[in-house]
Amino acid sequence: MTRRLLACVALAAIAAFLVAAPFAFKPYGVFILSMWAVMSIAAIGLNLTLGFAGQVSLAQAAFVGIGAYVTAYLTTRGWPFWSTYALAGLVCFAIGWLLGYPALRVQHHYLAFVTLAFTTLVYLVFRNEEWLTGGIYGISNIPRPSVLGWPMDAPRAFYWFCLAHLVLVSLAAWWLIRSPWGRAFVALRENPVRALSLGVDTRRYTLMAFALGAGLGGIAGALYAPLVQYIDPSPFALGLSLNLLLMVVVGGSGYFFGPFLGAMVAVLLPEWLRFTEGYYLMAYAVLVIVLMVFCPAGLLGLAERIWRPRPLPRAATAEPSAPPVSAS
Amino acid sequence: MTAVLEVHGLEKRFGGIVAVAGVSFELKEGEILGIIGPNGSGKSTLFNCILGQLRPTAGDVRLDGRTVTGMRPCDLNRLGVSRTFQLLQIFPQLSVRENLILAGQEHKGTMLSRLFGPRDAGLSARADEMLGFFRLGPLADELAGGLSYGQQKLLDAAMAFMAGPRLALLDEPAGGVNLTMLASLRDRLKAINAEFGATFVVIEHNMEFVMALCHRILVLAEGRIIAQGDPAEVRRDPRVIEAYLGHA
Repeated sequence: MTRRLLACVALAAIAAFLVAAPFAFKPYGVFILSMWAVMSIAAIGLNLTLGFAGQVSLAQAAFVGIGAYVTAYLTTRGWPFWSTYALAGLVCFAIGWLLGYPALRVQHHYLAFVTLAFTTLVYLVFRNEEWLTGGIYGISNIPRPSVLGWPMDAPRAFYWFCLAHLVLVSLAAWWLIRSPWGRAFVALRENPVRALSLGVDTRRYTLMAFALGAGLGGIAGALYAPLVQYIDPSPFALGLSLNLLLMVVVGGSGYFFGPFLGAMVAVLLPEWLRFTEGYYLMAYAVLVIVLMVFCPAGLLGLAERIWRPRPLPRAATAEPSAPPVSAS
Repeated sequence: MTAVLEVHGLEKRFGGIVAVAGVSFELKEGEILGIIGPNGSGKSTLFNCILGQLRPTAGDVRLDGRTVTGMRPCDLNRLGVSRTFQLLQIFPQLSVRENLILAGQEHKGTMLSRLFGPRDAGLSARADEMLGFFRLGPLADELAGGLSYGQQKLLDAAMAFMAGPRLALLDEPAGGVNLTMLASLRDRLKAINAEFGATFVVIEHNMEFVMALCHRILVLAEGRIIAQGDPAEVRRDPRVIEAYLGHA
């Protein structure tokens, strides 16, 4: 009970800090914070696909891109933001479902290659199909939405807008992973053959894991476009997919709070290291390498190891709990 | 009375190798059938063909008179056929109770109703009942991966019975289990059979275990049934002794 209370207080403190944070920053800082919120949403999606359901995907950048282009294309043609926002999520959900089919046949690095090819393909469409995407010139003057008549044009207002979306997406993800679906996703990751023999329709859950992750990528994209207000193909290349993968893995793959921390490392840490001037990307790379070598389970895996040292599984639990078997 | 399970001329080839060469048998309600045979005699392949993990080359499988040959394992499971595997198969990162809830959750409603409907639907009560039955109650909230091997084997068996199956196929339930645990497992399986009239097929190498548990035994060698009968008959059968020990 006290632990639950402590967790609530900690969450409230973090929430208050996040709401108040933009007052401490110049517009660029607020922009970076907004980017953190948007990337957290995309990483939450990838964490569902990869961390919970165990399906390796290098396609998340493509879904962020599709979401961003759908929003940019339609809002610059006068569509209301909310309809494009919903459409971005739905389009990505549908494409994610289709991309799940290869995952029914191949796994692990083979699946990584399939999804990598998909990212490249989508990038080429963004760059080459000028009639639709504007090619390398991209789409500019993407309007920011307004909520109940309040314009979200100012950096702070738009940051709060993104933060509110992050909160909603987090609650939905929390609800989902604690549902029977969440349990089925973990079963899919841990032992698909056994899951299948227990009545879990692994085919349908695999497709659903892809579709849900992709849908959240699309929603992140729908926020990304009005955040940067100008999009071109370059941010949606393979680099972003790898970066999103880094966020999930560094934060702690399969941990609910992993993506938030991972997105902090990937989006905010490089900025904080700017005091090292020309060396900041190098310092960043070294930090990430050290973390991955010493803690492959990510930051939350590290935290769990420090706070909850697990007893040696067999020796510690088997003997004291012998009564259940000696009864016969 | 129709048989719960009918297997008819089942055959499985892998290229030129015939793993199962025309096996037929029937199983009555409430029966415990043992399948024994030397390593490589086709026992597990036979299971995998019956359960849809492998598609048989020929022959058919009927459940309560209905043909189910080649049906997907998850659909077959929802029709009431459950199994355990030769190698231990549990979900180590879920708690013991969650392992059981997972084993039951796909049996009711649709995928959507599982997400939006009531979360529990009596599953944790049922899980606790199974844990009590298999004497795993005190371990309910432990991670399954932290249990001893024997306890994991019991959990594995408990998962197979979570949804109240019509028929359970157990592949070497006693493999690697110590003596006390073995007695407990045998006792629990007998109790399930007696109390709920559950029907099983058990593959096992531990002769003592098979002889004590099963009503009837099939002996498989090189993909064929070479003998069958009650435990005492099988034990005396010269063909069985030959298959196990080679020519005298």
